[in-house]
Amino acid sequence: MRIVIIDDSGLRATVLEEGLRDAGYDDIHIVPPRGAFVARLERMAPDVVLMDLGSPSRDTLEEMLTVSRALARPIAMFVDQSDDAMIGAAIDAGVSAYVVDGLRKERVKPVLELAVRRFNAFAKMQADLDEARTALSDRKIIDRAKSILMNQRALSEQDAYALLRSAAMNQGKKIVDVAQALITASDLLGGGI
Amino acid sequence: MTIGLRIAFLPLTDAAVLAVAHDRGFAEAEGLSLELVRTTSWATLRDRLVYGQVQAAHMLAPLAVAVTLGLSQQPAALAAPYKLNVNGNMLVMATAFAAALAPDRISRLADPLGTAHDFAAAIGLWKRKPVIGVVHRFSSHAIMLRYWLASAGVDPDRDVVLRVLPPSLTVEAMRAGEIDGFIAGEPWGSAAVDAGLAEAVAIGERIWRRGVEKILAFRQDWLDDNPDIVDRLLRALQRSAAWCDDPANREELAQLLSGPRYVDQPIEVIERALAGRIVARLDDAPVDSPDFMLFGREATSFPWRSQALWIYSQLVRWGMVAHTADTAARAGAVFRPDVFRRALADSQVPMPGASMKLEGAVDLPLAVGSRRGELTLGPDRFFDGRIFDPERIDEFLAGFSPPR
Repeated sequence: MRIVIIDDSGLRATVLEEGLRDAGYDDIHIVPPRGAFVARLERMAPDVVLMDLGSPSRDTLEEMLTVSRALARPIAMFVDQSDDAMIGAAIDAGVSAYVVDGLRKERVKPVLELAVRRFNAFAKMQADLDEARTALSDRKIIDRAKSILMNQRALSEQDAYALLRSAAMNQGKKIVDVAQALITASDLLGGGI
Repeated sequence: MTIGLRIAFLPLTDAAVLAVAHDRGFAEAEGLSLELVRTTSWATLRDRLVYGQVQAAHMLAPLAVAVTLGLSQQPAALAAPYKLNVNGNMLVMATAFAAALAPDRISRLADPLGTAHDFAAAIGLWKRKPVIGVVHRFSSHAIMLRYWLASAGVDPDRDVVLRVLPPSLTVEAMRAGEIDGFIAGEPWGSAAVDAGLAEAVAIGERIWRRGVEKILAFRQDWLDDNPDIVDRLLRALQRSAAWCDDPANREELAQLLSGPRYVDQPIEVIERALAGRIVARLDDAPVDSPDFMLFGREATSFPWRSQALWIYSQLVRWGMVAHTADTAARAGAVFRPDVFRRALADSQVPMPGASMKLEGAVDLPLAVGSRRGELTLGPDRFFDGRIFDPERIDEFLAGFSPPR
């Protein structure tokens, strides 16, 4: 079974490809949706095409599937329209799948399930990464606010943090927001460091 | 208690009525909390609607007909009780191609019939079959382009290459020479003009003076099961549309749409489309086209059944669907004037008495029968003077040569 992954994000495609290879599929190709990708895809004569639901190039792909005379058999979306749960999971995960006509659904379903799991795993990875980045930048902001307090009010680091924390609690805000406000105020007053 | 409602849209100027209903509190005043889901392709917008991730969508009118007739992946009966705008499209071609057309840009835009014939001649002079970008097979843009080209004897399936690509990629594709021009909703044509890559060749409003564009689409069963929510939404949109049409709000509207949540393009370009000030070529003075895009005035939002049938007639004409009485009836039923009437029964909106009309028959603003208030229909001529009688589709189709 020849599977083509159309994807711009190198990382997500790799994550998906790895999963498919581990599951024993070996005829896998990654095509970025740029330039003449449709002509390339036609030559490849895929059985299954997997594509990110968020890709703006889906309309281009579907047009090709509609008008192509090069494809021996028509390719249509999803495999089993009766399997609402599967389709729902795919859409939630952001996967669209086009499957060649006549391919048995038992053969396609595992591919789609795997794609859904990998897409979800990738989304979680990205969310974790974003969270880590946010945490890091939050810490930098708090550190800067602390050092402003330490310099201006001759506090120890521990006391500076305690002051920020109690101010945040009193105002019902997050520490990082109070710290940011302090930095902004300090910058405006020319006392920035 | 507020009712949550998810609506998918594409980042285009004509999503304005939805954006304003959300951001200016019109939806909230009706007890609705809208979540507008920004989507980057029509295929994904369609899937989100058909598979229930959203309850409604900002959709190309022909796509709603096509999905209902089973022409675009999973068939689903869709229903459109509300038109989000009319007009707003522009055809731009590479400056080198446009050099073969009338050099006076103002008369070029004002005379689509003459320009179509010039265009036909220019095809033979071009280095290849011109590749023209359209946003979707089932877009108002593609249908209007086909109609316009065919008027000058150009077969859109043989003499040019229509390539589907998303509006957001059109300017890049022009730059890379992958396409020689494209027709899309604003601000994309203007963006290509501003980049010095293209010139305006035709504007939708001159091809069909009141061309159906985006509609608000629901799944038909959901629409029928939730009349109260639908009515609230339509009332909110009607107020929003009046707000969008008011020139006093134009700057604010352009500002809102230009943000990253919506169109994410420069304010100045969006404001030009809203004001109908079309710059046909880089550094040209703008051409005034006051009806470039309409949201609510002249009962724009009213979903005339005859308009769904006109769209259907064009799908038949180009061999996309076979004409039968039953198919025509299903296509016509996509537009739901009955729901529009019900939702806005207690409002001040002038309400047309009929659900169908002759399309293309109004030359000058015309006062028509309305259940209350004054309703004036704007001119709705097609540039070739044809009139579409929804009761006589066969005759209308036979009038095109060569018939397909």
